[in-house]
Amino acid sequence: MARIVGAITTSHIPAIGNAIAKGLQGEAYWKPFFGAFDAVHAWLDKVRPDAAVVVYNDHGLQFFLDKLPTFAIGAADAYHNADEGWGLPTLPPYRGDAAFSWHLIESLVADEFDLTTCQEMLVDHAFTVPLKLLWPGPACPVLTVPVAVNTVQHPLPTPARCIKLGRALGRAIASYPADLKVVVLGTGGLSHQLDGTRAGFINRGFDEMCMAAMVDQPDALERYSIRQLVEAAGTQGVELLNWLVARAALGGRVEKVHSNYHIPISNTASGLMVLENN
Amino acid sequence: MEHEIPGTPIFDGARARKGYALNKMCYSFNSAQNRAEFLRDEQAYCTKFGLDEAQRAAVQQRNVLELIAAGGNVYYLAKLAGIFGLGVQDIGAQQTGMPVEAFRAMLAAKGK
Repeated sequence: MARIVGAITTSHIPAIGNAIAKGLQGEAYWKPFFGAFDAVHAWLDKVRPDAAVVVYNDHGLQFFLDKLPTFAIGAADAYHNADEGWGLPTLPPYRGDAAFSWHLIESLVADEFDLTTCQEMLVDHAFTVPLKLLWPGPACPVLTVPVAVNTVQHPLPTPARCIKLGRALGRAIASYPADLKVVVLGTGGLSHQLDGTRAGFINRGFDEMCMAAMVDQPDALERYSIRQLVEAAGTQGVELLNWLVARAALGGRVEKVHSNYHIPISNTASGLMVLENN
Repeated sequence: MEHEIPGTPIFDGARARKGYALNKMCYSFNSAQNRAEFLRDEQAYCTKFGLDEAQRAAVQQRNVLELIAAGGNVYYLAKLAGIFGLGVQDIGAQQTGMPVEAFRAMLAAKGK
């Protein structure tokens, strides 16, 4: 049977992709960020996952406002990256596993999560940057399943809904008959705001509270409304939703293997956590 | 009625309707060919996508707060900004009325 080995949550800021492309990892601005990934690589070397289910939000590469799913899942054997308009190099395609995806879809829909299924799905920086951070080599060694959460157009799914989705995703993965070790990624965050006169907003206190809750009491984050989340984390800080899905896919008890929090990367408070499933 | 969060636009259904043409134009900038077409004749490109007067003026002025007021969503607007070589720190600086260096320093100070 498939087994979830743990979850990794990390920021997915495009500037990180740019720094990787230009080889800036060792520079003073970037070292506090990239240096924190040594421990992640060590953990990945130990657990050696076969697959990554990547919970992220699309920023207008695959989805436009003409048809915008609240939750969408990839059901393909390959996922392509493409030009997002502002200069990140396009990365090679990622390996998918349509059979695994369809198992997840069957289980999730039976569990009352009616996701949009995508046999073609372009994946943007919110998918590619975290995978590159985890596996910096030329090829991504794991098969992938993209799961996109709408964080663009309100109404957004609530934190409580995302936690329920995560639990259903956990059940879906664990019921897959193949012997597959799966890591669940939640990308984005933490606090940041790109738009409005509050642009540049960062909230360390809220982020630290969330990172603590992610370990022991993720349900404590259920009570937030989206409006409260925007107020506390910034308009784009709502990407925390992706973290909540990933965390909730694990069992109740997890061990924090590693975490890092660094201000700023671009306009964002960057967060990183590795949680092992117990 | 929920209270407003100062300086914080919520991109909801009303804004998504209002800004549809503008955001659709910006979405088209995922294609290098479309970016080149916009640069060749900006006015014609705005007309092609049916932008209203406020949206056209905001595009012409490269004014991010006005683009948002006209229904623009920042993720799509970032693709327009990218055409001019502007990133999220540039647009953050413009919206908060400070030089980019000051905006960067403000962010860095939050990490101290």
